[in-house]
Amino acid sequence: MPGKPSLGLRIAFYLGMLFLHFPIAIIVLYALTTEDRTYQFPPPGLTLRWFGEAFQRQDMWAALWLSLQVAAMATGIALVLGTMVAAAMYRFQFLGKDFITVLLILPIALPGILTGIALLTTFKRLALEPSFWTIVIGHATFCIVTVYNNVVARFRRTGYSQIEASMDLGADWFATWRFVVLPSIATALLAGGMLSFALSFDEVIVTTFTAADQKTLPIWFLNELFRPRERPITNVVAVFVMLITFLPIVLAQWLTRDTDDLHGGGKTG
Amino acid sequence: MTLRRRLSDVLYVRPLLLLSLLLIPPLLWLGIIYLGSLFNLMLYSFYSLNDFTGQVEYRFSLSAFQQLFSSSANVDIVVRTTLMALVVTLACIAIGFPIAYYIAFYTKGNARTFWYLMVLLPLWSSYLIKVYAWRLILAGEGVVSWFFNLLGLGWLLQGILSVPVVGGPSLSNSYLGMFLVFTYIWLPYMILPIITALERVPKSLIQASSDLGARPGQTFRKIIWPLVIPGVAAGSIFTFSLTLGDYIIPQVVGQPGFFIGQMVYVQQGTAGNLPLAAAFSVVPVVIIAIYLLIVRRMGAFNAL
Repeated sequence: MPGKPSLGLRIAFYLGMLFLHFPIAIIVLYALTTEDRTYQFPPPGLTLRWFGEAFQRQDMWAALWLSLQVAAMATGIALVLGTMVAAAMYRFQFLGKDFITVLLILPIALPGILTGIALLTTFKRLALEPSFWTIVIGHATFCIVTVYNNVVARFRRTGYSQIEASMDLGADWFATWRFVVLPSIATALLAGGMLSFALSFDEVIVTTFTAADQKTLPIWFLNELFRPRERPITNVVAVFVMLITFLPIVLAQWLTRDTDDLHGGGKTG
Repeated sequence: MTLRRRLSDVLYVRPLLLLSLLLIPPLLWLGIIYLGSLFNLMLYSFYSLNDFTGQVEYRFSLSAFQQLFSSSANVDIVVRTTLMALVVTLACIAIGFPIAYYIAFYTKGNARTFWYLMVLLPLWSSYLIKVYAWRLILAGEGVVSWFFNLLGLGWLLQGILSVPVVGGPSLSNSYLGMFLVFTYIWLPYMILPIITALERVPKSLIQASSDLGARPGQTFRKIIWPLVIPGVAAGSIFTFSLTLGDYIIPQVVGQPGFFIGQMVYVQQGTAGNLPLAAAFSVVPVVIIAIYLLIVRRMGAFNAL
């Protein structure tokens, strides 16, 4: 490693970063344009009126509310199941452990469309009507690994001796869980939970297969994309959604600061 | 002794019971709901569609695969999608590597956290919104055209767009545009594992190499690159597999030519041919499996 980055490297780095962030700036800019039919650049004028109009759209609020419910439910399931499997994987050595590792990674390593269509064919065969719950089942499946990654990393850094000490001092499993284990994994749970919430809140590919006429916010958004008019409303909602998902991410990063626990890299489309 | 105490003791004396209590619920979920569904999907690809009733016939048949491979249009779809996935993966390596290299070797402390977060934020911002942003950017009246015209290079853009195959009526309706969007969307998945791999390169090796008289270029080729290949391979699993399965990007920024994901979507939806959709979705699984076998030799699984 030489002392200073070469000029070429610096240019490649800053251009790459520009590439990564330019589209996000464009979204914000087009939320303020006065032109609502074309993508004319530069915008002919700037206005705030789309914010007012977007907030009056009942269908947007309904979609937002559904998305929040789905994300909360899927995250709840993922928190319970992810923590259980993390505890088992950390505490025990057993046959088939590698198989479980693969099983956990599979929902995020295979393209989302596979998860989606696989669930769809199964629901069809079981004659299950698509509903709120079928959406939740799909989401929880890929949220489990997010929670698992965060919690198991925390488990590995807290020694098992703490648990033994607690039991030696007379606490039973439940007291040990409540007073020793839970406090030590609390921030990892919170971080994993928030990441999985953001993941579910933004998911569109699996959802298109598991929803009937329910519109989560991303589905609403997808329909809006093909509307010819009032395009800036889509942008306003986009900015709004970015704020809702960014805050948990930054917060999760902050909660796991000074550790290398945060496993946000596993997000897939 | 209270019931709670007794239960706790039993769990302590019989760890196997505790293990099964912990494992059974998550395994039921992932093993039955998820794996079971995948298995069911495979089964569906061996069913057939009754042409008269439009109902799925639950009997073993190879007709879906026959239908898939007998049409040259379908084979084109598979080839097109695979080529796009490969090109996108290469582009992600080319753009992502310098970014990862800079962050891993030339930043530290708060600056490092900041830049790391700057890679993470685009990853976590809404997928649809990013795709939509590119539609705005690439549209005929959008930013890219404006920029080219500003520099008086409008003719250059027209020239690029008139190239057969990659071009089209506008960037937002061309394979070139689709390639840009795919590259953009999956880029962070490439950067993150490369950063991790670069951080694992022992600094002493790099020092030793330059102490022994290697030029920076030599150190990079002979020391750093071979050690980072697993990270690159790990990132490429994501970029490759995600491009193979995506159906939204080809739909929003695209050409009439279909991609595998779109075909799956259309076959299960409007066409109502679940067996053919299932057969089509087996294709990326097979391609990904072959790809995984190749990258496993590069040690990608240790860098995931």
